[in-house]
Amino acid sequence: MGYIIGQNIIRKEAFNKVTGTAKYTDDFIATGIYHADLLVSPYAHAKIISIDISAAASAKGVKKIITGNDINVLCGPLIDDKPPLAKEKVRYHGEPVVMVVADCEQNAKAAVAKIKVNFQPLPVVNSVSDALKENAVLIHENLQQYKKNVSDVYPETGSNVCGHVKIRKGDLQKGWQESELTIESNFTLPQSDHAAMETRAAQCQIMPNGRVIVCSSTQAPFSVKEQINKTFQVPIEDIDVNVLFVGGGFGGKAAVQLEILAYIAAKAVDGHTVKIASSREKDMITTPCKIGLEAKIKIGAKKNGKIIVAEMHYNVDCGGYADIAPRIAKAIAVDCAGPYNIENISCDALSVYTNHPVATSFRGFGHTSLSFCIERMMDKLGAALNIDPIEIRMINALTEGCYSPTQVKVTLSNTGNFGECLNKLKTLINWHEGQRIVESNHLIRAKGVGCFVKTSDSPTNAISGVLLTFNSDGSINLNCGAVEIGPGMKTTAAQILAEKLKMDIGRIQVKMEVDTQTSPVHWKTVASMTTYMVGRAVISAAEDLIRQLLNGAATILRCTPEDLEIAEEKIFLKTDQKIYLTFKDIVHGFQYQNGNSIVGQIMGRGNFIMNQLSYLDKETGEGKAGPYWTPGAQAVEIEYDTIQHTYRILKAATVVDAGKVLNPKTVKGILMGGMCMGLGLGTSESFIYDAEGIVQNTSFRTYKMMRYGETPDYLIDYVETPQLDAPYGSRGLAEHGIIGIPAALANAISLAAGIDVTKLPITPEQIWQQKEGVRQ
Amino acid sequence: MLAFKDKSIISLNINGDNVTVMVNPSYTLLHVLRENLGLTGTKPGCENGDCGSCTVLVDGWPIKSCLMLAVEAIGHQVITVEGLKNAPIQRSFVENWGFQCGYCTSGFLMVCHALKNIHPDADDFIIEQWLQSNLCRCTGYGEIKDAVKAVLENKI
Ligand code: FES
Ligand code: FES
Repeated sequence: MGYIIGQNIIRKEAFNKVTGTAKYTDDFIATGIYHADLLVSPYAHAKIISIDISAAASAKGVKKIITGNDINVLCGPLIDDKPPLAKEKVRYHGEPVVMVVADCEQNAKAAVAKIKVNFQPLPVVNSVSDALKENAVLIHENLQQYKKNVSDVYPETGSNVCGHVKIRKGDLQKGWQESELTIESNFTLPQSDHAAMETRAAQCQIMPNGRVIVCSSTQAPFSVKEQINKTFQVPIEDIDVNVLFVGGGFGGKAAVQLEILAYIAAKAVDGHTVKIASSREKDMITTPCKIGLEAKIKIGAKKNGKIIVAEMHYNVDCGGYADIAPRIAKAIAVDCAGPYNIENISCDALSVYTNHPVATSFRGFGHTSLSFCIERMMDKLGAALNIDPIEIRMINALTEGCYSPTQVKVTLSNTGNFGECLNKLKTLINWHEGQRIVESNHLIRAKGVGCFVKTSDSPTNAISGVLLTFNSDGSINLNCGAVEIGPGMKTTAAQILAEKLKMDIGRIQVKMEVDTQTSPVHWKTVASMTTYMVGRAVISAAEDLIRQLLNGAATILRCTPEDLEIAEEKIFLKTDQKIYLTFKDIVHGFQYQNGNSIVGQIMGRGNFIMNQLSYLDKETGEGKAGPYWTPGAQAVEIEYDTIQHTYRILKAATVVDAGKVLNPKTVKGILMGGMCMGLGLGTSESFIYDAEGIVQNTSFRTYKMMRYGETPDYLIDYVETPQLDAPYGSRGLAEHGIIGIPAALANAISLAAGIDVTKLPITPEQIWQQKEGVRQ
Repeated sequence: MLAFKDKSIISLNINGDNVTVMVNPSYTLLHVLRENLGLTGTKPGCENGDCGSCTVLVDGWPIKSCLMLAVEAIGHQVITVEGLKNAPIQRSFVENWGFQCGYCTSGFLMVCHALKNIHPDADDFIIEQWLQSNLCRCTGYGEIKDAVKAVLENKI
């Protein structure tokens, strides 16, 4: 142990990325391919009365124009509720209505401008609460007729609810009776965008022999394959999905949309290659965004600070179509109590249709929103009882032997040590100096805490695999189906292999591209699960190699495999290291002096499948959603100006139980990136709709994200409680930097300004309105 | 004043080479670099001047190539990331973990490279003014700060 684990390893593709040579989907410039562009809905909810394509059809370079009426399919990952191009009506601002295929991008765009669509506006459902009102306008009138692709989603007929997850744990009545104090609050969080710097793009060609070749910026190539198969009945073996580097995903590229459109377009022009690339504006609203949330939480506690009961309603704004939102609602339900032990819980997590853009997975998979609510509740409880915010969290911390909301037993291995994270956080942010410090007559420095625990919500049978082959010089090629979206997972896979074989990582070549025909299946590159899943498969593949190497070498060296050991590309006798074979001697077959040969080509196969996961019980939620939790504690320190109601972010801190930090600089970078994004959510990122549900800020000029110079000092520390079934004890860690940050910021501002923040983002205007009591 | 109408053949100086390209007057420099010349290291992120991922150097100054017409580049020296050729800033980004997905990287490299040439003594304020032009969604900018400082302090 410790051969290379724990060292800073520069990512394998680093020099390709600083020279502009690393290729992303849209970087393949080919002449002769066609381009598709979309006419999208200018309304959030409207009937399509007529579409006039006559002027566009005869426009220069146009090859084909496709409308919803030309396609008779519905698609979606969980529920088939979405026509790829709107049919009869549109359900969100930005929804694709007509697709033009032309010989170049300019001609496609010009033709789109010539299409006339006559819409008849319908009443708009502009919030989750509107959608849940009695007699609310139904966004999907035929919800009950849709095909479900999984058994465990529960749409509610005659409503706008496309999924409902229930958690019932303990005895609620008893809990309320024993409570000495109750706290109740409502929270509202807006939809926002992934805003990966690379906008989404896809390309499709259908070969004369029927093969469908897709190239796309996706985190989930194997889902693309499945969805094209399912939606269009193309035999699965005929679909090949290729992925190059992906310019940031954050969950947004796990959704399948442009690939479906690219397939439809290619099909309409006799299989010719068609490329469809989103403009930034369309990338923000036409393709999926982050969920919004409305929540109502009530907790009951003892005077000593111990929470004994909670009743929670989390209503997820999934926009016009379900996409994966019911799974996000499930994820919220599974971890509804945050990193705290609450014996008696009732939680209802609904996914609710609105006339907002469609939401999909986003870094943290609902946990950032959930954590905002729970962490505000913790601060409110602490304040009501006059207990220090960290202390109140400590009192309620999830510890070994507790049961999660879905009644999974907590162990140190599967959940790490949350209490220790809190302890370390205290030191990291100098908690002892005080939480609210008056600096001058109008400046206040304040600290807020936000914590999390997160598991994943993969299918119970999610798989991963790794193939290892040797080059003739004994170096290794590593091939896995995870996509390199930024966090350096391919390099981490190589690092795990180098550790296992005790060899130079420079001698391990990683295949960066994914090609579903030759790469082993990997569920999706999401959920901070890649290192766990791929890492396990790497170890299993390495063991496969080791077995073959030892057996082969034992024959040649005339000993038993047990007499041998492997390191530095050598297989040597334990008792005399001078007697050895090198990998080079044996991996493509060993040749004796007289020419006789044995062993043959050595290849490693490794696989991983989730084990012990189960569906949640429909009524109580009992069941196991993910293999482990990663816990952490975060804080934000601000300086608040009591006159202007503006604030500066001074510090952001994270302590996470990483199990084992494999590649410190890489992990730190991922955490800082998450924290930065969390500060964006806290301070400014939000879709703004007008009264008709039209998104007002669809460009980076109006949708503000953190820029250089606006970020605070980042403080990061780790607890390392090994996760026994993970590669070298390393707990999944990628999304987590973001999760507790908006909550921590809200807690800091609430304290500094003496207000109760229940909404994001927190603008000076919002603070001013609360302070001055101005009606919104 | 130059006037262009319909497709025209123009000559540009890109990375030290004179190249001849056929363009529509409306083509942006970004478009011509990528689509006509295959220099795809320059990335579109918004094509609206907001993200900086398309930044190139024009006569040594960082310019968002999505906001400049190709015909406007006539008579100027354009350098793209492909033209950097082992500039210290490239190694600095690698050694300081200045990127993850790498999509914004070309743009940041060009801004930082120009900054080093134009303001070798840049202080934090100037660095901030220059780098605010670009967006990175993966990092928290901390490593980018380390990378640019290392170059300014001649540590690379
Ligand atoms: S693409 Fe030019 S600034 Fe964004
Ligand atoms: S590294 Fe991905 S956007 Fe900067």
